[in-house]
Amino acid sequence: MTAALETTSTQTSTGAPISINAVSKKYGDNTVLESVDLDIRAGEFLTLLGASGSGKSTLLNIIAGFTRPTAGTVKVDGRDITSLPPHKRGFGMVFQHYALFPHMSVADNVAFPLKRQKVAKAEIQQRVAETLELVELGHLGGRRPSELSGGQQQRVALARAIVFRPRVLLMDEPLGALDKLLREQLQLEIRRLHQEMGITFVFVTHDQDEALTMSDRIALLRNGRIVQLGTPEQLYAEPNCRYSAEFVGASNIFTGTVQGRSFIDDVSGQSYRLGEAADQSGRSLLVRPEHLNIAPADVPVPDTVEQVEAIVEDCIYLGSSRTVQLRTDAGQRLVARTNVPRTPDGVVSGARVHAYWDVRDACVLD
Amino acid sequence: MTSAATDSSTGRLRGRPRPLRLSRWLRFDGWGALVLPLLVFLVLVFGLPLVVMLSRSLTDPSFGLQNYRDIFANAVYPRVLGNTFLIAAIVTVVTLALAYPYAYLMTLVGPVWRMIMLGLVLVPFWTSILVRSFALVLFLRDTGAFNSTLQTLDVIDQPIPLIRTLTGVVFGMVQVALPFAVLPIFATMQGIDRRLLQAAESLGARPAGAFWRIFVPLSAPGVAAAVLLTFVQALGYYITPALLGGPKNTMIGELIVQQVSTVLRFGFAAALATLLLLTTFLLLVVAGRFVDLQKHLMRQT
Repeated sequence: MTAALETTSTQTSTGAPISINAVSKKYGDNTVLESVDLDIRAGEFLTLLGASGSGKSTLLNIIAGFTRPTAGTVKVDGRDITSLPPHKRGFGMVFQHYALFPHMSVADNVAFPLKRQKVAKAEIQQRVAETLELVELGHLGGRRPSELSGGQQQRVALARAIVFRPRVLLMDEPLGALDKLLREQLQLEIRRLHQEMGITFVFVTHDQDEALTMSDRIALLRNGRIVQLGTPEQLYAEPNCRYSAEFVGASNIFTGTVQGRSFIDDVSGQSYRLGEAADQSGRSLLVRPEHLNIAPADVPVPDTVEQVEAIVEDCIYLGSSRTVQLRTDAGQRLVARTNVPRTPDGVVSGARVHAYWDVRDACVLD
Repeated sequence: MTSAATDSSTGRLRGRPRPLRLSRWLRFDGWGALVLPLLVFLVLVFGLPLVVMLSRSLTDPSFGLQNYRDIFANAVYPRVLGNTFLIAAIVTVVTLALAYPYAYLMTLVGPVWRMIMLGLVLVPFWTSILVRSFALVLFLRDTGAFNSTLQTLDVIDQPIPLIRTLTGVVFGMVQVALPFAVLPIFATMQGIDRRLLQAAESLGARPAGAFWRIFVPLSAPGVAAAVLLTFVQALGYYITPALLGGPKNTMIGELIVQQVSTVLRFGFAAALATLLLLTTFLLLVVAGRFVDLQKHLMRQT
């Protein structure tokens, strides 16, 4: 899937690369961004992921030109645009609260950037119609934004941001105000748009599922720094620290120390073997829920796995899968996910079970 | 009335935006009784005198349209009427030109400065118009503080005639009207989402262009309210033009007082007042064709 995406990006790449060098932002004593370096490739879909206060929106506003960095530079196509005002940057932008002009019709909203560029009237009409068609709102051009639903408004905002064919599209939590179903639908549509247009997308979200679904690459921010930068697969499968592991996807993390080829759990004192490839330093052992298996206590488990004894606290049916919540004898809570929606034999609330994992599926983190 | 009553019982269940109908205004429940004291008061001190005035303009000294014919028989009266509208228009334009940037600045400054700016507008508002107008007379007259200061500084040789001129009248009336313009404009501007300006800039609009195309149209309801309040009020000003104006800038208010208290032509005064009232209404109707008055004047911000 990644391969397919990358071909698309390189084939039709009209997007611009953005290079962020040592960008810092301070408000008085409060540091919002601390020397951030980030190279956004031409035509890629990059997501800035982070909790609130991580600096992701500030970074986007610096790219958009609404915020001036305290230090550092932003370059597009190698050209320094750090002090260029927003209206000269030519980036499309979609805001969380749509920011549609309430006194203009939908069509006039979409025509706004074209009129600023003094595009000929006939061409404006044609491009507005095309773009509204692209976001499936061709029939609503005459309406006022207030007459549309939230999802429709965000589509108008999207149309308005792409109608002038920017080389970069910035999106600041554009789906945050929508309900889940609509959000998932728009996620796919935005992805489709990205593949069709081939321009650079920079997307801000606090929602890790959204980031995983949409991005070519994700930059995870924390306290004004980029913690990890990588493809969704890399972030999920190879988190480089405990924060990454906890932020992206669900995780079971044991705290302890590495001794030789074993990991000693601080809480239970239990020792777990480590796989060949495991990083040998770090104080956390990560096992993803889908790698945690469960067997009733009286069923023996194979030698190649490590296990803890636990009690089933709850068994949650999720349609396509099942989540089992466990508590170890040492009191730690674990979560396991099985692809089999039916309850495994003997796994019911209160049952004693083995929770076990293949040593190759656990990794040690800082 | 019966249909209105039936309607009122179901009215609450319906969606809010409905076409304007009488039944909507007559909807009545227990709490509606709270409006009664005011209603009675208005009927007694506003409605009734109006009816008396109207009938008097048609009956005093004799039944007929004689009083109205008199108004247009003498060129003086239409000129005063025209003058009144002209002065009201000038006052409105000047007030707007001062109030708009002031209100805008109020939305930009911090809370402390905003309070100070609000105070500056409201303190004169809380001072009696009479006191303010007399103070302005003292300030603006030929030997007043304004002219004598300029003369001492050798900026001018002769005092600038301000009092008994159009300038003096406008000066006085604008400062009375300012709060009525600043407050609605400020309230509307407060409600404008500034992120819209950012959005406009991200779409290629220069900051000035974004202000002109987004902020100004969105502040229009406040401006419309301000224009109406200022203009309609200005039509009826009496004290300020009487004190600061000259015979050339007589306004209809002065003329009416003159007719009532000096000439004792009550019927004629009533006709003048009725004419002012009707023209004002006419103006509101015309304005209503362009702006949704009900929405903009009754809007809660």
